[in-house]
Amino acid sequence: MMTAKAGPSGEPAELSDRQHLSRIGIIWLVLSVVCMALVYFAWGPHMPPGTDSVQAKGQQFDNTVLATVATPVILFIWVYLAYVLINWRVRADTPVAELRDGPAIRGNLRFQATWMIVTGATVLSMFIFGTYELVKDSGSGTGSGQAPIWTPAGYSVDASQNKLLVVQAIGQQWRWTFRYPQFGGIETSQLVIPAGQEIQYSVTSLDVIHSFWATNLGIKADANPGVNNIAFGQATKIGPIDIRCAELCGVWHGAMYATGQVVSRNDFQTWIAAEQYAHKDLITFLPPYADFYLPQSDGGFYDPSANPLPNPPGPTPATSPTVIP
Amino acid sequence: MATDISVPASLDHGTPGPGSAAGRNPWWRSGNIAYGLVGAVIGYSIGHFLGNWIASGYQQVQGSGQNDLALVLGYLVATLGWLAGLGALNYPLQKLVGIQVTSEESEDIEHRKLGAYFKYTLDHKVVGVQYLFGMLAYFIMAGLFALVIRSELLSATRHLLAPDKYLEVVGEHGTMMMMMMTSAILGPFGNYFVPLMIGARRMAYPRLEALSFWITPAAFVVLLSGLLVGGFPTGWTGYAPLSVEATMGQDAYLVAFGLMGISMIIGGFNIIATVVNYRAPGMTWMRLPLFVWAMFVTSLLMALAAPILVGGTYMTLMDRTVQTALFDVNHGGSSYLWQDLYWFFGHPEVYILALPGFGIALELLPVFARKPAFAYRTAVAGMVGVGMLSFFVWQHHLFASGMNSDMRPVIMLTTEMISFPTGIIYLTAIGTLWRARLRMTVPMLFIIGMLFNFLIGGISGVFLSDVPTDAVAHGTFFVMAHFHYTIMGGYMFAFFAGIYYWLPKMTGHQLSQRLGKWHFWVLFIAFNSTFLPLFAIGELGMPRRVFEYQRALQGLNDWVSISAYVIGIGILIFVYNFVKTVVIDPRTPLAADTWGSRGLEWFTSTPPVATNFVHIPEVVSGPYEYGSDAGPMAVLDAGATELRPGATVHEGN
Repeated sequence: MMTAKAGPSGEPAELSDRQHLSRIGIIWLVLSVVCMALVYFAWGPHMPPGTDSVQAKGQQFDNTVLATVATPVILFIWVYLAYVLINWRVRADTPVAELRDGPAIRGNLRFQATWMIVTGATVLSMFIFGTYELVKDSGSGTGSGQAPIWTPAGYSVDASQNKLLVVQAIGQQWRWTFRYPQFGGIETSQLVIPAGQEIQYSVTSLDVIHSFWATNLGIKADANPGVNNIAFGQATKIGPIDIRCAELCGVWHGAMYATGQVVSRNDFQTWIAAEQYAHKDLITFLPPYADFYLPQSDGGFYDPSANPLPNPPGPTPATSPTVIP
Repeated sequence: MATDISVPASLDHGTPGPGSAAGRNPWWRSGNIAYGLVGAVIGYSIGHFLGNWIASGYQQVQGSGQNDLALVLGYLVATLGWLAGLGALNYPLQKLVGIQVTSEESEDIEHRKLGAYFKYTLDHKVVGVQYLFGMLAYFIMAGLFALVIRSELLSATRHLLAPDKYLEVVGEHGTMMMMMMTSAILGPFGNYFVPLMIGARRMAYPRLEALSFWITPAAFVVLLSGLLVGGFPTGWTGYAPLSVEATMGQDAYLVAFGLMGISMIIGGFNIIATVVNYRAPGMTWMRLPLFVWAMFVTSLLMALAAPILVGGTYMTLMDRTVQTALFDVNHGGSSYLWQDLYWFFGHPEVYILALPGFGIALELLPVFARKPAFAYRTAVAGMVGVGMLSFFVWQHHLFASGMNSDMRPVIMLTTEMISFPTGIIYLTAIGTLWRARLRMTVPMLFIIGMLFNFLIGGISGVFLSDVPTDAVAHGTFFVMAHFHYTIMGGYMFAFFAGIYYWLPKMTGHQLSQRLGKWHFWVLFIAFNSTFLPLFAIGELGMPRRVFEYQRALQGLNDWVSISAYVIGIGILIFVYNFVKTVVIDPRTPLAADTWGSRGLEWFTSTPPVATNFVHIPEVVSGPYEYGSDAGPMAVLDAGATELRPGATVHEGN
């Protein structure tokens, strides 16, 4: 590969470039095969964020793939540095007058070209993989703005046509509130969702920027005031949900938790009916459901008429969403 | 090409030469730090008075009892007073009103008095040393804040600090590190060595250079003073609706960051102009040392990105003081605006904090491998490529924000493309190490450590550039571990490599190599032990900047905190080594040619004479021609004895 210029004299049995390269290559190859298998098969299934939802599972798979691809890159540099340190050192305190120079290699076209082609191809395939995963999973659980273009089946911008279960997550300093517009716009402090149901999280904020992060569901969407940030998710396992705020929002940011439950569809129907009944008097005091809420000039309440979007959804009668099989 | 090499040593044209008594200013006009402090106090009073006079009747001020305008004007006029007291305004004001300009600055430099280091001086070597001490002080202060943070996080639920105090400390640590440390390498080593490495006698704009340094203590004090007025709750990113409603400490953050932005802009322009115009004869662009290339690209980033920051802080200050509504969604503003402005500056900024590290690594590798830099031209292209791409990736900080979400694949592509030019840095490094005759001196230990750390930092960045994996990592300790690996593991390690490598040239004293090895190993092991677990902590569900977390993560957090204390011990070893060598016991013999480098900065006496070179050298070959028969890098003009690389130079002075 590299020009085999005779090394400085006095070195016993200097190896050729090819011999050095093949030694490095073999060590690297063996280590890479072993470690990539370990990362993919042994570590991968245990990687965060787990498998509680379709999105979490997708993110876990992406983490696994990226870690597997990264393994040989890291190993190449480590193996190479170790090889250099072991083989090509002279005493650190060699007096300047006794220093001898190494070979004057200024470059190697083949090596440079190979390096660039490999890094370029890796970068491009990472990009294609990432984009594919992002589009396939309808945004991979991330906030995709007011008008997402990668959407799951059943989604419609028109609220009356929308077949997903809509849950609005409202951030404010320093708590989360959840509204269910298809159930009279009731408010809860706990996120309860049915398993196996595609859900539209509409995330907004009443004051500063927060970020809605359902850690084990793989949902993360910033909550900006005046913005309806939509993320899609489908939980698959019945169990608890951990929600934290992932954007610094002031003094009690560290304590901005919420909890929730993924329940079966029947349990969800039971729960929401009970909630609606229990709070039927309180609901009349709530502002009508809107994509986001802006404070009125008197600072008192939230005025949905300030909503500049066409066809604000408004309060919807209590109908259950069409459950996507 | 290289022009204006024959400028006289005196920095002002047509004035009496240095040392001439005729050029002395009257005592009351030669500035110093004491006058600066007095000026700052007077300035603060004036500004505060003005602010009260203007705004005390505002409804907002009367309602909240806090007059942000008074504080902001206080800070700004105090900074002006500080600069005036230092004498920074004498020359421009004298020029402005047509008074004969006198030159008092050169005298102390010529005789290298200690006092010169405490004044507004125009010698880039003095400014470099001032920067070195300043940056070390800021760095250690910010590091102490980090230890307070880690102490708070020792327990998941029991607290050392109140939550607001905790956030204040987090904000001070982050902001101090990210804004002051932008100049940690460019300030000391860029200012000191760029002219020496290109064979120039001086900087293009020595006054701007000096100004860029003397703004930093003002920014530092303003930032720190935020603690006195309630601190700021936004962390170093200062996201907008929160920053507009925050207490008065936020003004300190905004003014300090804005001042530092100005320092970056003018410091950057100075280096750009110097590299373009002041190269010695024969110093072609393709013979520029890679460190100079890194400084050049960094300066371009500073000059182009920092104005956005200054604009952003200005807008937020307007929102806070005179009730504009740039970030208020109710009145036509947007909460996304600051995020965009901030990261449009912020992402180039993280390369301002990476490129100088690459520069030092690529500069030192040939010296200690005793080989030419591998693929020199490709390395230059790589650094320029990193710089250019850094302007096209900022929205990867906003993948979950809902803004511009259909553009995410494009941003994903540009972000991942950055690993291409960054990979070239590694290509040059490993090519240079091939068949090297490697001396693992202390600077080289730090460079190898840096290559190790930055690799992990870069690879973890891929997880943040990919939207589905960023969905987990965004806003968590994973991000924090990632940028500490790139900036602390890369930039800080290179900074220390630079100190061990260049301090003999700057002061004539060499740091203890034995202590240096201790410093390296303690720091390297403790650094990795601190930040590697943080990747896991973030992925397991701990957001950044929280004071409470899941009990299950307490074991890992305790491990991290204890490792962080060990980092502190590593830094203490360095401080002891540095103070002992430079201040207490500077007996180590002068080493004119410590490392056997071919670099042009070693072609002059140690420490360099005031004019850098008695005779401007003529550059005849590249800086890294080890092992070839290229001969020395430069020759002196007629009459001077030819220099061999590494020869001790005796200048006739």
